[in-house]
Amino acid sequence: MSNALEIKGIAKSYASLRVLEEVTFTVPAGQAIGIVGPNGAGKSTLLSVISGTEKASAGTVLINGRDVTSVGSEDRTRMGIGRTFQIPRPFTNLTVFENALSGATFGAGLKRKAAEDKALEALEIAEMMQYANTPAGQLPLLARKRLELARALATNPSILLLDEIAGGLTEAECDSLVQTISQLRDSGITIVWIEHVVQALTAVVSRLVCLASGTLIADGDPKTVMQSPEVLEVYLGGGIK
Amino acid sequence: MTSQLSADYKVDHFQKKATVVGLVGAAVFLFAAVAPYIFATDVTSAWIKLFYLISLATTWNLLAGYAGMVSVGQQAYIGLGAYGIFVFNDMGLDPYSSVLVASVAVGIIAFPISYVAFRLRGGYFAIGTWVIAEATRQIVIRFDSLGSGRGRSITTYTEDAIYRNLFTYWVALAIMGLAIVATFYLLRSRLGVALQSIRDNEVAAKSMGIKVSQTKRIVFVVAAMGAAAAGGIICLQGLGVASPNTIFGVNYSAFMIFMVLIGGIGTIEGPIIGAIIYFLMDYYFSQMGLWYMVVLGVLAILIMLFLPRGVWGEISHRFNFKVFPVGHQVQPLFPGIKLKKK
Repeated sequence: MSNALEIKGIAKSYASLRVLEEVTFTVPAGQAIGIVGPNGAGKSTLLSVISGTEKASAGTVLINGRDVTSVGSEDRTRMGIGRTFQIPRPFTNLTVFENALSGATFGAGLKRKAAEDKALEALEIAEMMQYANTPAGQLPLLARKRLELARALATNPSILLLDEIAGGLTEAECDSLVQTISQLRDSGITIVWIEHVVQALTAVVSRLVCLASGTLIADGDPKTVMQSPEVLEVYLGGGIK
Repeated sequence: MTSQLSADYKVDHFQKKATVVGLVGAAVFLFAAVAPYIFATDVTSAWIKLFYLISLATTWNLLAGYAGMVSVGQQAYIGLGAYGIFVFNDMGLDPYSSVLVASVAVGIIAFPISYVAFRLRGGYFAIGTWVIAEATRQIVIRFDSLGSGRGRSITTYTEDAIYRNLFTYWVALAIMGLAIVATFYLLRSRLGVALQSIRDNEVAAKSMGIKVSQTKRIVFVVAAMGAAAAGGIICLQGLGVASPNTIFGVNYSAFMIFMVLIGGIGTIEGPIIGAIIYFLMDYYFSQMGLWYMVVLGVLAILIMLFLPRGVWGEISHRFNFKVFPVGHQVQPLFPGIKLKKK
């Protein structure tokens, strides 16, 4: 199986603050992996580096074998990277449908009718159809998170980067979300999912990567990773020495 | 994961309403075009000002209201458009055609300027555009052929004042019509969705695959051309430029901001309403001198406090009504499917 995503020696610094250090891992096409780690571990920054929203200070990012390290986020989206933001960034004055249409038109590169159909499909998958004509600025927080998913899906991604979209959901909503993401995985989309709701994550992914203080400390099947001494130390006390 | 959604829903682009608006607009335009044969010259002469004010407000709104670029330096292009008339008039072109040619030339000048301006964000962008306008004025007054710092008159012009007014009126009307129609069609196109996405969140817009800088650059250049055309009209009506300090004055930006904010930013109708309000106030109260400026300021403050969406924005919000239909509405094709109302 070819690799959809290859992260090689990624580092990211803001002035003297090192947020990511020598992070390396690969994701085979069609695999769903989860990224865990305490707050401030650098998970969202890593997702931003993969999507091109942030530039890496060092290292390379390869999408389907192509080096995209110097490629901007808009071009990475057109190459098949879809992402959600941990703090939703809706286009507040556009309707929910138009938010998705934006992704379908530019990210997926579809013409008018095809783009509209794609946007409608994305809204249905994300269970946002009822809000189609609502200005995104009027949505409650959870619906905004769903909109993030809908917009990312509208770009027709082959790699989907999800950043804490299960946070704050009820158990029933979380189950529904797990089902949706499982279906996306089964349809062949490669998924990289950052999540604190570990039960939701492990229901979907076949592999976990754990970051702590910007460093990758574990990578493997979910059970092994969650029981590894390094991960337990990070989550249950002591921190990284 | 596929679905048969297109069979369950349709997306309304308000095409029928757009056609009706287009026909009514064309009728209004035709009436305005023959108005000089109906009304006295002093009336149509005043309308020239209204037309260029609407053009200025519409293009500034496109820039700030739809693309999120709050410029206080559009006077650079107003001034260049006005001075461009001298350049092309001296080259043998009639002053009316010079307005259009100068507008295109200013668009070409604005293109490289955008690379400098786009390095700045938010408030810095606003101040940066003002600095660019000041620098442009300083450069223009270096040229003796353009009157240096003294201003200049148009040399080759229509002798008969009535015809001069008539031709200026038609050019001003055409530019206003073009500004409104171009904005309307631009917002109904895919570029309109891109622009509004950029305005609401630039980072997310990039994540949607939108070429942010390229899209903003198109609008920046179009807005510069609109301002230049308006500057050309100001020059035609004044038979020249009285003073470079006036034509490159920041007052123009202040008035554009005033018109757009009191009318309703981010709507097509708002700047038109705002320009009409400003035009009427200017027409009836400008002889009050300093107090007129105080009244303008107080009005702007009151509207910002009590009608923060602007006059048209408030009407549109309360009655869910738009004259110019832009955007999309998803409609279920079966009565069993219900969508939340706005």
